[in-house]
Amino acid sequence: MTAGFPVAAKKALADTQLRRNLGHATRTIRDKRAGVVGEVADWEQLREAGQAIKDEALARLPELLEQLEGSVQAAGGQVHWARDGAEANAAVAAVAKQHGVDEVVKVKSITTDETKLNDALAAEGIGAVETDLAELIVQLDNDSPSHILVPAIHRNRAEIRDLFRRKLGATDLSDDPAALTAVAREHLRRKFLEARMGVSGANFGVAETGTVSVVESEGNGRMCTTLPEVLVTVMGIEKVLPRWRDLEVFLQLLPRSSTGERMNPYTSLWSGVRAGDGPQEFHLVLLDNGRTDVLADAVGRQSLRCIRCSACLNVCPVYARAGGHAYESVYPGPIGAILAPQLARLEDSQTLPFASSLCGACADVCPVKIDIPEVLVHLRGEVVDRKGTDAEAVAMRALAGVFGDRKRYERAQSLARAGRSPLGRGLAKRLPGPIAAWTSSRELPEVPEQTFRQWWKETR
Amino acid sequence: MTAREAVLERARRALGDRPEVPAAVSVAPAPVDDPVGLFCERVSDYRATVHRCSEDEIAARVRELGAGRLAVPGDLPESWRPEGVVVDDALSARALDEVDGTLTACELAIAETGTIVLRSGGAAQGRRALTLVPDLHVCVVAERQVLSSVPEAIAALEEAARDGDPLTLVSGPSATSDIELSRVEGVHGPRTLHVIVSG
Repeated sequence: MTAGFPVAAKKALADTQLRRNLGHATRTIRDKRAGVVGEVADWEQLREAGQAIKDEALARLPELLEQLEGSVQAAGGQVHWARDGAEANAAVAAVAKQHGVDEVVKVKSITTDETKLNDALAAEGIGAVETDLAELIVQLDNDSPSHILVPAIHRNRAEIRDLFRRKLGATDLSDDPAALTAVAREHLRRKFLEARMGVSGANFGVAETGTVSVVESEGNGRMCTTLPEVLVTVMGIEKVLPRWRDLEVFLQLLPRSSTGERMNPYTSLWSGVRAGDGPQEFHLVLLDNGRTDVLADAVGRQSLRCIRCSACLNVCPVYARAGGHAYESVYPGPIGAILAPQLARLEDSQTLPFASSLCGACADVCPVKIDIPEVLVHLRGEVVDRKGTDAEAVAMRALAGVFGDRKRYERAQSLARAGRSPLGRGLAKRLPGPIAAWTSSRELPEVPEQTFRQWWKETR
Repeated sequence: MTAREAVLERARRALGDRPEVPAAVSVAPAPVDDPVGLFCERVSDYRATVHRCSEDEIAARVRELGAGRLAVPGDLPESWRPEGVVVDDALSARALDEVDGTLTACELAIAETGTIVLRSGGAAQGRRALTLVPDLHVCVVAERQVLSSVPEAIAALEEAARDGDPLTLVSGPSATSDIELSRVEGVHGPRTLHVIVSG
């Protein structure tokens, strides 16, 4: 288990460059999103439609997964099921070995970040090349993504230039983003043309038609899903949609909420294999990895509606200051604060439900109307219930005893006033011992000279 | 128990409280007055270049682009082809990388989002690699192919989806904003997109 959000956030808050980058990024995407969302007269109905479709898909999950499996198989694809990340990774590695492949090209996929697929493949002697520009930057730097949509947002152009000089041998390189992008294109084109196996995530999987979809901008997704001879797609089970027509809702909601565009440059839709076009072998890995635990919680299950747009990150005052790494999860920001602890069965990420001011901006922008504050409060309750009788709980019970008894309460007040001496005042800014957490981010109010009870007695 | 049985069993148990299946919410997009005009405007917004001409001027327009050697699908209308095109008869990815561009038709277009839809196996659209690997894509859109909205397009594509035809939605040239959010056109897909609207 990690030290948690408060410790990681403190480190991030000291990084002024990071805060500047994040402030600029979140502000820019936020404004773009607001512009294109404002264009759509029926945006609220679209959100409701998105919510209804996702809730239907979750309520009918078992039958839809079986239907999806059948449709993909009918279209010539193979379907694998994975209880956890290790099983999903093993399925991908097995396909690579069958084909004698020692390097795969990858489309950006948070799901395979979640299963730590690249590490698992490396342990089997298989290299995984990230082909999204930001993911490439993060991979070359042995770093981790900090934003769902723009994973390298914590890096600036000079840092990226230095990295490419060091790792890609591009010695004479300026820090112009166009020049940096051209170097990445050159490097990756060789990989695409040679690659024999591609690995992707999936934005949607349509049960009715077996259609799998990847939504992207750069064309690396098209390259990875088109050029190799074999393709493996790892899809979280909550990404299933009942019908083809449901895509009309999500292909409106997702790009506008995510990049703030009317439509992203490329959306690929395929079903199984097609003779003479694209990979001649297709594998779909359906991943649980904690999702059915989330589904079992009547309040928390709405988190599984998430379509990974990242709109909630861009409006979150906590994310804008702490950045993605402070969440110590592949799912940062408000959605991460509810999804990460639930996927970890609250055995990890216990501090995340508290990484929010509950301002509710995230719920207002969510395209599938996830009530993030509601889930946060629910999870806070779960975390506290689990903690049982730690020192803080004991202290709180003692306080309850004091507040519940008049004599003890008045005695405590006179003790507190005695502490108002110059020495006592300094000490009282921070509470001691097990209840210190209460004053780590708030100041203790000063104890007044006279209590209300005394004033009442005197002036009555 | 296999992983398949385990996942399905867990999902069934998780839904033990039988959450209700909500009623569908229907959304009707606002009608568009001039879909072709809006399509041209929105495609240009993505910094693709829009040309308008009659169908018999297509070859001349393509020639004017001076694009060099173009790969085309075998069923591209003869009258659209400029001189010296290369027909894609299962060219290797490397061979596609060496041509200067590609010329195709499309399945349909979407006005409100400035989107072109390519259907593998659809008329004169070729396979996916043909419109992906070359650095320039010239796409011909007939005015009658322009639909107003995403819902109209998804409805029109239902048959293709049921047939399992791979579909690609293209909205402008490939792009990235991954470095300090500054937009760079042209990453891995065609860096230049010309759209010829014919009618």
